[in-house]
Amino acid sequence: MSLGKLIERLIQLIPVLLGVSLIVFVMMTLTPGDPVQIMIGDQAVTPEQEAAMRRDLGLDRPIVERFFVFLGNAVTGDFGTSFYHKRPVSEVIAERLPATIELSLVALIVALLTSIPLGVLAAIRKNSIFDRIATVGSLLGVSLPGFWFGILLLMLFAVHLHLLPVSGRIGYSAEIEPITHLLLIDTLLRGRFDAFLDALSHIILPAITLGLPMTAILMRVTRTSMLEVLRQDYVTFAEAKGLSRRRVIFRHALKNALIPTVSVAAIETGSLLGGNMIVETVFGWPGLGRLVVESIFLRNYPLVQAAVLFYAITYVLLNFVADILYTVLNPRVKL
Amino acid sequence: MNAPLLSVTDLRTVFDTRAGRVCAVDGVNVEVRRGECLGVVGESGSGKSVTFASVMGLVRSPGRIDGGAIIFDGRDLRTLTPQQMRKVRGRDIAMTMQDALTALNPALTVGEQIGEVLEAHDETLPSSRGARNAAIRERSVEMLSLVGIPSAESRLRQYPHEFSGGMRQRIMIAIALACRPKLLIADEPTTALDVTIQAQVLELITDIRAKLGMSVVLITHDLGVVTEHCDRVMVMYAGQVVEEGPVREVIGSPSHPYTKGLLGSIPRLALRGQKIKPIEGQVPDLIDLPAQCRFYSRCTLRQDVCKSLISMREATPGHSARCVLVGKDRP
Ligand SMILES: Nc1ncnc2c1ncn2[C@@H]1O[C@H](COP(=O)(O)OP(=O)(O)O)[C@@H](O)[C@H]1O
Ligand SMILES: [Mg+2]
Repeated sequence: MSLGKLIERLIQLIPVLLGVSLIVFVMMTLTPGDPVQIMIGDQAVTPEQEAAMRRDLGLDRPIVERFFVFLGNAVTGDFGTSFYHKRPVSEVIAERLPATIELSLVALIVALLTSIPLGVLAAIRKNSIFDRIATVGSLLGVSLPGFWFGILLLMLFAVHLHLLPVSGRIGYSAEIEPITHLLLIDTLLRGRFDAFLDALSHIILPAITLGLPMTAILMRVTRTSMLEVLRQDYVTFAEAKGLSRRRVIFRHALKNALIPTVSVAAIETGSLLGGNMIVETVFGWPGLGRLVVESIFLRNYPLVQAAVLFYAITYVLLNFVADILYTVLNPRVKL
Repeated sequence: MNAPLLSVTDLRTVFDTRAGRVCAVDGVNVEVRRGECLGVVGESGSGKSVTFASVMGLVRSPGRIDGGAIIFDGRDLRTLTPQQMRKVRGRDIAMTMQDALTALNPALTVGEQIGEVLEAHDETLPSSRGARNAAIRERSVEMLSLVGIPSAESRLRQYPHEFSGGMRQRIMIAIALACRPKLLIADEPTTALDVTIQAQVLELITDIRAKLGMSVVLITHDLGVVTEHCDRVMVMYAGQVVEEGPVREVIGSPSHPYTKGLLGSIPRLALRGQKIKPIEGQVPDLIDLPAQCRFYSRCTLRQDVCKSLISMREATPGHSARCVLVGKDRP
């Protein structure tokens, strides 16, 4: 399937991207507030100067024309110039992207490492106190607003206990020359273990906050599919073979139970992108999410447009990854 | 050596369900002698699978064993720790499941599923990693060839879905026999297969039984199979044994009206491949059974005395049935 399916997915992507562009474009222009007014602030400018600014930004053109100009440029990879930074949007986004990727990856790892063991445990101790607590916990995890939980963590660990920093990605004293731009890796590559710990202490709270809903969902998925699998004949047969309990649970049951978990994880990684905006804002994390939030307030149209397109592409690709993982993990589905 | 290999006495296995306590196995005695093949027949739901799941210690919640002794090779399996029981399962007592299509793990290769049982039980394997894996491989190929799977070597890497139903049944038997168990419990090994493959699988079990000198419990719906492959037979109804004895006697001159019903009411030799015929009426609900003959409501020969507890009575030595019409009380 791989190549044909990939091409199919890429073709499907085209209407998605067109639709997303149109919606974002319309919503941004309908939002009250004028980028030129925001840039001017309380400086004194003449109407001529203001008109010149508007012309520079291309905002004097009719909206339909602006949309097609945007599309035409976007096809060639030109997303325009950020109103605020006065630099190409792609350059600004590229700068902020590593922080977001790093945060998302750590959140994903935290979510996988906690949800799978908890889900397995809840399944094999079905209806125990642990299972009940886990059920309530996961319900809270899905429904608690991210910013609220994030602020709670901040108050506890940063403000009250002074165990962890309040915001940012790394302390000034720990800054290093980048290699991959992922600080946890770069600090280790440079042999700066102190800086690694510093980066780790910065990332841990936002990663937990970001990963919480995903942890909750994956735990439920793992628990449900594990319960389903434990009922299967092949698990009874594995027990009839006199295998150790560990082997029955992890090799026979979990290997099958993880198939839905991994697929859902890949899809849910897409929703981390949305969570990033809130979490990065709460924790002052210098990533794409916070940039997008700032840009919305500044009515920085080109940047928001490009970022949303980027999110849409990532989302579709992650769905594709989910399909591939499903095939790889499930020998019954022919490649 | 004259003690039976397996001797189950007064086994009771219950399921606590929302509707009440289901007595799936109620006071069952089983005896399996060394080297013999015991047939177990009865309509579905009569407790055949649960009886032998209890022997294996594999009754799942909400079920549990509520009483009885399960003496295997001189040890009461009910007193063993889970650890000790794991050493019995797969090594001393092996089982094949009713449905071969669902009993093999779809996500693991056939080679792994045979190899792991050797890995778990075989103490003769060399200890060094490489030699051990080679030995496991060799034994796996040997087992697959034994059950008649061609080019076994290359098929070890394949997954269950790449095999036909009959092949999967054979693989399951190969896994069960890998550690040369003393007792094989084959739960309806042929129900899911078509006729020619059924015959092959049964021949295979009978052959291997002769070769390895093991005992076999053959659970089946098919009285023809019992006539052809078993030494003794045990008939179950609604959680109880209602008749047992040598195959020739039970099939030739059944004592219990239920057995007669299974054989098509008139005593005659079962035809090859004859299936259990439905008898008028339904198996009673296993919740809150009255203390009377369980076949009462369906029996054409019922009398007032049948409304009391009926115990097993001996028809001829070694052949007994749970019916007042049968000769004298069992000693
Ligand atoms: N998980 C369960 N929950 C409740 N009752 C069960 C369960 N499994 C089996 N039983 C009861 O045990 C009876 C015997 O089942 P089983 O041994 O599988 O019959 P069979 O003779 O067809 O193998 C069933 O009729 C059912 O009432
Ligand atoms: Mg059964």
